[in-house]
Amino acid sequence: MNVPVWDPALEFMERETLERLQLTRLRKTLASALQTPFYRCRLAEVGLRHPEDIVNLRDLRNLPYTTKDDLREAFPAGLLAVGLERAVRLHTSSGTTGTPTVIYHTRQDLDRWTELVARCIVATGATAGDVFQNMTGYGLFTGGLGLHYGAERVGMLVIPAGSGNTGRQLQLMKNFRTTVVHATPSYLLHLHDALAEEGIARDRLALRKAFIGAEPHSEQTRRKIEDLFRIDAYNSYGLSEMNGPGVAFECVYKTGLHLWEDAYILEIIDPQTREPLSEGETGEIVMTTLQRQATPLLRYRTRDLSHLLGGHCPCGRTHRRLARIKGRSDDMLIVNGVNVFPSQIEDVLMKVPEVGTNYLIQLDKRGSLDRLAVKVEIRAAPFTGDPDALDALRERIGEALRAAILVKPSVELHEPGSLPVSEGKARRVVDLRPAF
Amino acid sequence: MAEQVSVFIENKPGRLNAVTGVLAEARIDIRAMTIADHRDYGVVKLLVSDPGAAQKALVEHGFAAALKPVLAVAIEDRSGGLHELLEILAEHQLNVRDACGFVGEPGRRAVWCMEVADPAEAARLVAARGLPVLGDAELYRS
Repeated sequence: MNVPVWDPALEFMERETLERLQLTRLRKTLASALQTPFYRCRLAEVGLRHPEDIVNLRDLRNLPYTTKDDLREAFPAGLLAVGLERAVRLHTSSGTTGTPTVIYHTRQDLDRWTELVARCIVATGATAGDVFQNMTGYGLFTGGLGLHYGAERVGMLVIPAGSGNTGRQLQLMKNFRTTVVHATPSYLLHLHDALAEEGIARDRLALRKAFIGAEPHSEQTRRKIEDLFRIDAYNSYGLSEMNGPGVAFECVYKTGLHLWEDAYILEIIDPQTREPLSEGETGEIVMTTLQRQATPLLRYRTRDLSHLLGGHCPCGRTHRRLARIKGRSDDMLIVNGVNVFPSQIEDVLMKVPEVGTNYLIQLDKRGSLDRLAVKVEIRAAPFTGDPDALDALRERIGEALRAAILVKPSVELHEPGSLPVSEGKARRVVDLRPAF
Repeated sequence: MAEQVSVFIENKPGRLNAVTGVLAEARIDIRAMTIADHRDYGVVKLLVSDPGAAQKALVEHGFAAALKPVLAVAIEDRSGGLHELLEILAEHQLNVRDACGFVGEPGRRAVWCMEVADPAEAARLVAARGLPVLGDAELYRS
């Protein structure tokens, strides 16, 4: 296979050289962090006053972690490392669930972010000849603007469609022969339903690739998207604290997500003990920015769970690969003492042809016991009209879930289209248990 | 052979009339109807003037709806009428899974519809004994 690449010098850099580059950039990041009130105080607590106090990459482990709460505490300017006149953009969280957080960018920050996204796009085999329809939100959400500028830099024809408005998305796809889209997996599944509803034949679309991200999804969901649209779908990982998209992406081989280690130092830790974990062990992703001027972040706890893959990717890139995101350390559900991730439930449901793409996980309490209900939609096409078959289906799903998550949920069958469809990040879990 | 429309609905207020609403809008007449209740959901079984059109309209409105062959037999509306029919099925060890009946002309003619394991074979046996097996069109005229 011909391996398409955007920045060969950096993407194929020898590990040793890459790690030297990381150390140089880490010291630079520390110098800039020491300009911020937040880190000056935090680093003084561990006795670090000069970037040269860091001698090798292992010294990073002596630095404190940064959490989402720290970002809230430092809001709005406690983490700003440059004068405001040098900042050219900010992305801030809505703050609907508390104090907002903010990341500022200098012109150079935006340029480097754009370069990382361009790398990701080219790694999937997309080229300047592609027509790219960006189906994620523009504005404060980083997904839209991040991919937008990266795609322009690659030279793709960009359609800044934004999220939602499915009728218009389909119209744009037909009119401009869109070949690549960027969307959440749940939106692409919704788009496929709309395609079928409007009776648009797949052959009328020129689509060949999709970039999917912004919500954890299973391998089954990716395959489902690939089969339904007859395209290749590539997993995208990013978070606004680390710019947004462009942090890690799958290449043409789809064997995990290459994380750009010239831009970030990656660690995986046990979320409870905060001890570093080794290759193959699932834990929380922790990242340090290496080339950000306006808002440098040290050992940021992403709350996303994954593990590092061993071995080498056939593409030859030296940057290590993350397994797909398993969930968030804070969306893990504890059901009668058993840890359950919504992604495990999704894995099972996606293998059942009789149920549709929407589902809902509901938790409540009867007495002292947690009750887990999984609501699924019956699909119109495979329905035979036989009530006994529905009972058997419900039993089969319940057993498959029990085998996967070790808890047997009650399975509820619902009519097609009756569960909420998410056009953004899917809200699949409703927890009605009283808080203590 | 006559066909019955089966529709999956959740067992909660407003769902059954959502089905009848779709049929009313599509100008489809309901001849008979039963519900197989399974606690939180049910399967509504309908005998209608145009089963194909009814199923299509329901699916277009987002329902899971399917067509299924049923054995519909015209019997005399008098004591013993149904018994004669069921005797034939029993003789041949044919099990009836679900059934409903309605009167066409009181005192003269009734119709018995049922789900059986092998509807084609059952139809042949019943017809051989002189009882009229109805198709969709005749079923509706009964």
